[in-house]
Amino acid sequence: MIYLFQVLNGIGLGMLYFLLAVGLSIIFGLLQFVNFAHGAFYLLGAYLTYDLVERDISFWVAMPAAAVIVALVAGLTEASLLRRIYKLPHTFHILVTVGLALVIQEFVIVVWGPLGGSVATPKSLAGVLIIGDFIYPYYRIFAICFTAVLAFVLYWALERTRLGAIVRAGSESTETMALLGYDTLRINTAVFAFGAGLAGLAGALAAPIRGVEPFMGVEALSVAFVVVVIGGMGSYVGALAAGLLVGVIQSLMATIWPEGARLMIYVAMAFVIVTMPRGLFGRV
Amino acid sequence: MSEALRIEDIHSYYGKSHIIQGVSLKVEEGEIVTLLGRNGAGKTSTLKSISGLLPPKRGHVWISGEETTGWPAYRTAQNGLALVPEHRGIFGLLTVEENLRISQRRGAQWSLADIYQIFPRLQERRKNSGGQLSGGEQQMLAIARALLGGPKVLMLDEPVEGLAPIIVEEIVAQIKKVRDAGVSILLVEQNLAVCAELADRHYIIELGKVVHHATSAEFIADHTVRDRYLGVDA
Ligand SMILES: Nc1ncnc2c1ncn2[C@@H]1O[C@H](COP(=O)(O)OP(=O)(O)O)[C@@H](O)[C@H]1O
Ligand SMILES: [Mg+2]
Repeated sequence: MIYLFQVLNGIGLGMLYFLLAVGLSIIFGLLQFVNFAHGAFYLLGAYLTYDLVERDISFWVAMPAAAVIVALVAGLTEASLLRRIYKLPHTFHILVTVGLALVIQEFVIVVWGPLGGSVATPKSLAGVLIIGDFIYPYYRIFAICFTAVLAFVLYWALERTRLGAIVRAGSESTETMALLGYDTLRINTAVFAFGAGLAGLAGALAAPIRGVEPFMGVEALSVAFVVVVIGGMGSYVGALAAGLLVGVIQSLMATIWPEGARLMIYVAMAFVIVTMPRGLFGRV
Repeated sequence: MSEALRIEDIHSYYGKSHIIQGVSLKVEEGEIVTLLGRNGAGKTSTLKSISGLLPPKRGHVWISGEETTGWPAYRTAQNGLALVPEHRGIFGLLTVEENLRISQRRGAQWSLADIYQIFPRLQERRKNSGGQLSGGEQQMLAIARALLGGPKVLMLDEPVEGLAPIIVEEIVAQIKKVRDAGVSILLVEQNLAVCAELADRHYIIELGKVVHHATSAEFIADHTVRDRYLGVDA
């Protein structure tokens, strides 16, 4: 029973990891851009939710609003700063985006203080589901279902719609997209904003579960990279599979060997790098 | 007759190397014009300069009378100029039909059904990924995609290079159909038989300059020009 419970927790965690990592992966696929500020967008999403809920705004408004604001911030940053450095070597990407992450993190500390806080679960989902021995919070069930539906809709949009085909085509060749009449700079900005918005949404969803604190972005970034490396850079299905894998490993290990829970996800990553350098579903 | 495309004295650079050194040419509506020259003469660079992939530093470009000098490639594409590049630019991970659908633009005179009528092989292969196509099929897909954008001027960079003779014939026939539908064509091609069969006029370019200009009849009659500018193997 305890394992079932932990697997379920792991799936919930894994879906959040997926949401966090998929934007990083799509951005890398389209722009070959390594974005170390991705965790900071998650941080910002969580804090915006915290702030709005503190102001007595419903969580159901705060969550999408936080994601949209994060997307706007990311879009503006991309259009004004990041697009200038895509052509430079990856070291510059790291330098600039780590700097950006620190700026966002300091901004969070200045505005909301260094201590963090908690976000109440929305009233409609307060309480727990009890079936026999099985007890599980409603909010977590919601988070799993919500991200599962979102994952499916995103997959459908990416694989079955014209818009999705445009994003996939852009990942293959921006020059050809320009020759077909697409303003690739605008596509880049839109995709970057969208990917960052998903990270913001992950932060918003996570806030009632784990609370907020200024360094949560750093941890989120390392998890996102582990997921992207295991799943394969630029792969949607890979991000989903690896997110779930990492979530379940971490959650099971928390019962078996708590001190080693973090370590095991890096072991899993090292194992994948050694045996399949492109990741489970990667093509680059 | 009015001009579909006119360029006047354009100069383009790769970094510091001055590659296009004053090219002028025009394509009338409904015409097929070829741009000939040895490897490295500057044919591809001329097409890139016109499309905006390699914006010229000097000179002028007009598409259907509208000056487009200095426009980025996506804007010239939106305004009636299509370039099918030498490498074709097929999206290998998209299906043939996805390649076509993302190329459709409102107001284009071609529907997907028209395209499949000219290129029946593409309809047979529509569920395949672009990467699974043969070279000839990829070329057909590249031309089909360009047409779905509704171009007034189509620029083709060595469309039949490296293809088997039977496929070359098929593509030549398709290019004629496109011209007959009213699209003006600027063709870069090394295969002189193909050029002679298709084109109304020819320009020969050498070291980034136009060195000769002739109608098709003049060109076919004139061995010396061909030997001098295009060499024996051309
Ligand atoms: N990307 C590039 N950077 C620098 N030089 C180039 C580039 N592309 C082409 N060139 C040079 O420009 C000249 C013309 O090339 P190109 O236009 O491709 O010729 P063609 O298409 O007639 O074979 C050649 O000397 C070639 O080496
Ligand atoms: Mg060439």
